[in-house]
Amino acid sequence: MQPSPNPSRANLAGWLYVSPLVLVLVPFFVAPILVVVAASFFATDGFGGLTPGFTLASYVEVLHSALTLKLYLATIKFTVLTWIFTLVIGFCVAYFLVFHVRNQLLAIGLFLLCTVPFWTSNIIRMISWIPLLGKEGLINQALLALGVIRQPLEVLLFSDLAVVIAYVHQLTIFMIVPIFNSMARIDKKLIEAAIDAGASRFDIMRLIVVPMSKSGIALGTIFVVSIVMGDFFVVKVMSGGGSASVVSAFYEDVGVLQYPTAAASAVLLTLVLVAIVSLILRTVDIRQEITR
Amino acid sequence: MKSDRGDIELAGVCKSFDGATYVVDGVNLKIADGAYCCFIGPSGCGKTTILRMIAGHEDPTAGEIVIGGQNVVGLAPVQRRTAMMFQSYALFPHLTVRDNIAFALRVRGMSKADRLRAADAMIEKVRLTQFADRLPAQLSGGQQQRVALARAAITEPRVLLLDEPLSALDEQLRVQMRQELRRMQQDLGITFIHVTHTQLEAIALADLVVVMEQGRIKQAGAARDVYAHPHDRYVAEFMGGQNVLSGLVEKVNGSTFTLAQAAPDGIEVPLQARSTVSVGDKIDIAVRRDDVALVRPGRELPPGCTTSLPSRVLAIEYQGYFVKVMLDTVPDDAFVAYVPEKVFFADPFTVGDVVMATWATGSALPLA
Repeated sequence: MQPSPNPSRANLAGWLYVSPLVLVLVPFFVAPILVVVAASFFATDGFGGLTPGFTLASYVEVLHSALTLKLYLATIKFTVLTWIFTLVIGFCVAYFLVFHVRNQLLAIGLFLLCTVPFWTSNIIRMISWIPLLGKEGLINQALLALGVIRQPLEVLLFSDLAVVIAYVHQLTIFMIVPIFNSMARIDKKLIEAAIDAGASRFDIMRLIVVPMSKSGIALGTIFVVSIVMGDFFVVKVMSGGGSASVVSAFYEDVGVLQYPTAAASAVLLTLVLVAIVSLILRTVDIRQEITR
Repeated sequence: MKSDRGDIELAGVCKSFDGATYVVDGVNLKIADGAYCCFIGPSGCGKTTILRMIAGHEDPTAGEIVIGGQNVVGLAPVQRRTAMMFQSYALFPHLTVRDNIAFALRVRGMSKADRLRAADAMIEKVRLTQFADRLPAQLSGGQQQRVALARAAITEPRVLLLDEPLSALDEQLRVQMRQELRRMQQDLGITFIHVTHTQLEAIALADLVVVMEQGRIKQAGAARDVYAHPHDRYVAEFMGGQNVLSGLVEKVNGSTFTLAQAAPDGIEVPLQARSTVSVGDKIDIAVRRDDVALVRPGRELPPGCTTSLPSRVLAIEYQGYFVKVMLDTVPDDAFVAYVPEKVFFADPFTVGDVVMATWATGSALPLA
């Protein structure tokens, strides 16, 4: 960019460029977070009333509760399982679309096909699993008919398995898109050059494709991790109330008007997520990869 | 793997991508071991496809490719012991110069210490030692080219294939890197096959120049043969430096024949290789641009010149050691004389002057 002759004018132009985003982010993102942070330090009268002030009581309560650790472990279990499955499936789908589908139109068509589940609401998508996974569902009936099992499998629905299935179903697209994007920018000549050097398919995957898709993997990971860790709805519905996550706990808190405890839990979760995301960003320089 | 020789024979090689049109159409060629061979032709003439078939990145639809006495069709590049240097280099952007060069050794399972030692030796050979830890994006075009060359050469291939290796460089660097390629080829003592569309590059580098058109070889030979003795109009025009004239044979007289042209007495052409010329044939002839002398009307022709064509000067371009004079000698084709600078400025012409274009009769070349 040309250096502007008048620095204050350049500054003004810069502010104008970012102003639409600022106008959205300040009232809808920064302000609510500040409210939550403030509320976490307030005292409560136990009936939903907040007393302005500064007390760490809510944090002490949250951190001292054995339930907090249990919930974090449960949430991390869901997150890790979902991450592994979405990563493997997302990577394979993206790889197939980029390197095996020669016809660009077909690739775009298949890509759109991946988004079909999103044409309907999240709730419908979850309910749709019931006829498949339920006690009288297709899978159980098929297995019974084949004589593989005598009793219907209970573990299929309203279980941790069902939760992970629903997450993977919902979130794989968030892996496919960024990985597809970074893979599509790999010059096909590089693959040919690697073959020329004698690389096997596995070498190409290990030494070329995976390292060059790193930014996409990191972006997808951020999407998946932050969505799973911030969710309570899927856990609640798909586990049939049998499992809980960090967010479901403070959802309960809000239900019983314990706003400061809920706010403190929320702040804690935000910090944990910020830590995870910055860890991911530390291993992959996304900004540099994207501008490459 | 049994032979170290890098001589190549293409026998009836054809390639069609759609089954209907042939990109490469029956190519036969022998390339000696340790030769520098340039394929040259306009884009789409099939030269890159031939290169990719020799490299093993494309299979011929028909025909045989023999390297060192072994038919290599269907073999992987590694088994052929060929290495390719890609157009715009295809360096791995996430690997340093050293890792790029060591890549082929890495996938061959060489230990880390050994391959880095070999890579460093190669890096020194291409004079990039101080850049060994940089990423390709941090290098200039010329440096990238040397990395690509080193990466291809490190496996000690018997044939190195270069796809337009100089096209990404600017003019000055191109001339410099051209010399480096030639030096490298002599150092390594292996066969180089180089695809280009620049005739200057081809004749400056190659032992064997192969001129292609629409999937076929038009002429293959030493650079000087192809440049000075083109077989036909296409080669003459593509290689440049020639004026091509066409006309009907007026009479055949012993060792020469006469071509009817704008000249009052026709153009006298030696018969040479063309043995069968009969009156009435339509024939192309070539006259080198630097063989054409320009004489003011009424002056005596230089010795040995029997033909003189009256022409008007259309344009003059100063080229340094010679002056390019464009003339309207023949109605449809360009006619150009390269006049040595000193000769031109002894008696300079201006645009619009009428001159006689003449040449020694022996220097006119009948084309096929």
